[in-house]
Amino acid sequence: MSHAAAMHGHGPAGNVTKRDFLKLVTGAGAAIGGAAFAWTLVDSMNPSKDVLALSAVEADLAPIAEGSGITIVWQGKPIFIRHRTPAEIKSAEDVQLSQLIDPQADSARVKPSHAQWIVLIGICTHLGCVPLGNKPSDPRGDWGGWFCPCHGSQYDTSGRVRHGPAPANLALPPYAFETDSKIKIG
Amino acid sequence: MAGQMHNSEFSNPVIQWIDTRLPIFTMLQKEYAVFPTPKNFNYFWNFGALAMVTLGIMIVTGILLAMNYQPNTNLAFDSVQHIMRDVNYGWLIRYLHQNGASMFFIVTYIHMFRGLYYGSYKTPRELLWMLGVVILLLMMATAFMGYVLPWGQMSYWGATVITNLFSAFPIVGHPIVTWLWGGFSVDNPTLNRFFSLHYLLPFVLTGVIFLHVAALHVVGSNNPLGIDVKTPQDTVPFHPYYTAKDSVGICVFLIVYAAFVFFMPNVLGDPNNFIPANPLQTPADIVPEWYFLPYYAILRSIPNKLAGVCLMFSSILVLFVLPWLDTSKVRSARFRPLFRPFIFVWVAAVILLGVCGAHKPEGIWVVLSRVATLWYFLHFLVIMPVLGKLETPLPLPESISRAVLGAGHGGGGGPLPGGAPAKPMEKA
Amino acid sequence: MRAVRSLFAALALGGLAAGSLVASGLGAPAQAQEEVPTPPHQQWSWQGPFGTFDLAAAQRGFQVYSEVCSNCHAMKELHYRDLAGIGLSPEQIQAVAAAVTVPQGVDDQGQPKEGPGTPGSQFRSPFPNEQAARAAENGALPPDLSLIVNAREGGPDYVFGILTGFAEPPKGFTMQGGMNYNVYFPGHQIAMPQPLHDGQVAFADGSPNNIGAEAHDVVTFLAWAANPELVQRKQIGWRVILFLVVMTGLTYAVKRKTWADVEH
Repeated sequence: MSHAAAMHGHGPAGNVTKRDFLKLVTGAGAAIGGAAFAWTLVDSMNPSKDVLALSAVEADLAPIAEGSGITIVWQGKPIFIRHRTPAEIKSAEDVQLSQLIDPQADSARVKPSHAQWIVLIGICTHLGCVPLGNKPSDPRGDWGGWFCPCHGSQYDTSGRVRHGPAPANLALPPYAFETDSKIKIG
Repeated sequence: MAGQMHNSEFSNPVIQWIDTRLPIFTMLQKEYAVFPTPKNFNYFWNFGALAMVTLGIMIVTGILLAMNYQPNTNLAFDSVQHIMRDVNYGWLIRYLHQNGASMFFIVTYIHMFRGLYYGSYKTPRELLWMLGVVILLLMMATAFMGYVLPWGQMSYWGATVITNLFSAFPIVGHPIVTWLWGGFSVDNPTLNRFFSLHYLLPFVLTGVIFLHVAALHVVGSNNPLGIDVKTPQDTVPFHPYYTAKDSVGICVFLIVYAAFVFFMPNVLGDPNNFIPANPLQTPADIVPEWYFLPYYAILRSIPNKLAGVCLMFSSILVLFVLPWLDTSKVRSARFRPLFRPFIFVWVAAVILLGVCGAHKPEGIWVVLSRVATLWYFLHFLVIMPVLGKLETPLPLPESISRAVLGAGHGGGGGPLPGGAPAKPMEKA
Repeated sequence: MRAVRSLFAALALGGLAAGSLVASGLGAPAQAQEEVPTPPHQQWSWQGPFGTFDLAAAQRGFQVYSEVCSNCHAMKELHYRDLAGIGLSPEQIQAVAAAVTVPQGVDDQGQPKEGPGTPGSQFRSPFPNEQAARAAENGALPPDLSLIVNAREGGPDYVFGILTGFAEPPKGFTMQGGMNYNVYFPGHQIAMPQPLHDGQVAFADGSPNNIGAEAHDVVTFLAWAANPELVQRKQIGWRVILFLVVMTGLTYAVKRKTWADVEH
């Protein structure tokens, strides 16, 4: 083979150090440049500006009669909005926390002075099916809330899990009342 | 022999384990690290590596674009705008891909010029050269289909004109065009299949490039002197000598690339492609991208449609038989003083063809494109066969290392051996 | 040195090829066949490697677009949230969007409904489709302006030329019915009547509002609309090139050191 290869890297100690430092700086520069470029490519897969802009949605509550509920879509997920009757509110409030699989007071799951509105993410906390219970003809389970047909989980009128296999209550999306009949989710 | 593992020589136990079962590391060591490479390469030899880097960038940016692009005539144009405006760094990925196509052709054309000038197509590298022409054809097909995807005015009308060319062939022409279109004009089926094929061909290209490099490694690289490697003193291992030199070339290449992408991303394009495709309105001038202009000029130089089409395809097909057209025994133009001006005239003819291709075929442009087309074919079909027989080449050096020792220029690190003749070398 | 010379030769070759091919295409046939003069070159704030958009001008330009151009021209590639790019605050964007009425899907009876815009809304189009536009504009289709600055040879200079180039036709020039004479439009006859006049748009910051100023501001807005990423692109650009110049120096030094012990 070429003798030049044998000569490479075997100069006086000072030359080796200088050459190695130069190579180190050059290599580090290339790595940093490559990483910065790669980051732009990776970031391009993050949600784009139009997706981020649709991260909030409004819902008009006026057409929802007492005792019935609707399903709308927010960030691709189903959102249950139910107009609870006074009986449903009372049964939700009267529950002993010790009886709950995932203890949480009803008052923590509604907005102050808007207890008749329950707003939930309609995804069963077991394996992600969409529970039934919004239409009047739907089965609502033994606690009058929602019933998941996939594996039999049941939720009460506050969306809290009362019968498994779901481990947790139906999640709450971030929302706020803009007026008494309009909420903004997200 | 079944059941025997490869005999690997690496010290690292993990690498050893893999290499004995699949000798990738041995292969890389042999083909890229210690591979003996002529030591007298100039920077023209950088361009093959630059082409590979460009292909890598095109594939990565292309895959990311495909995550957001919609290949439907109603959605395509807007999806590109979505990429430019809403996708994080979408504008960067799109401009890298758009200008990367131009960079790929610049780099490849220079790479081909190196081959032409230094006789890299001559024995025993004929197949290597022919594989290169296949690569060029695949690049052209890929670029043509890619340009249709944004579905601008030039996308649509360029596709219409070029696919219509096939109707020039008698009998089978029109059925072929209908088959290409998937309909009765360039429309949604055409766009969809162009997207599918545009995604596919770069990977076919990668396979052919693998063959191209494999063919190279069987015979070894040519060099600016055009003479064979005689002893190990003529070569250096590819790593670190040419990995170091290639990285310089890559940095310079990236500067040119960045200048386009960041400061003049649309200067090589056509304003008409910012207008959504309209099948009912033809732009005033239908012009392909700059890298197709010479072929476009050849196509339009003949009034007869079929003749123009055949001549245009012939301009590339003639490259396939180039190794047999050139009768010179000497490879490198450095030692062919008659040939050298001719090749520069040929390059000028190609550039002139490109300029003609950008203008309407009227007046002086018709005359010029016919003269340049004639010269283009004259160069390959007449000049190269004849010149090889008539020319007296300059005396070739004994070997690469002797030639380099005698050069006497300041690049080498050691003193000149006493008594070495200071031979003035012919420069490129 | 031969090596450096060969590199320059290679690059010069490539640059000459690409450059001459491009240069020959530039300024080509749009003028050649119609003999219209080239619009004079204007000074634009975003040109050059360190250019930026004059945001005040762009905002005035948006006002010109909203009050004048948007009656006929759509800009469907833009959304109201994009206006943050010319310096509008979220509250201003909210107000601008809410002031226009945009389509909002269908109501419970399946009928198309409308409502006030939101920041996520596409810019309101004056016409629902091409046919409605042509019916209202004597058969002509006012082009979408989202990319107009990029879609015309001459770019911003051309658009500025069109906006300021309306004039009486010279003696002996026959105008077709319903057309207007324009110095820079190919063929000199444009379907659009002169859109901008002195004093037409009142700018809150008291900036001049003669035709030239209005045209300058709206072209600035349109240039931003066509290339909203321009400022970030150029800023990243000179940093990248600076980095690459340093890397070229470093890699060249490594190359020299690597080759120091080889005659070549």
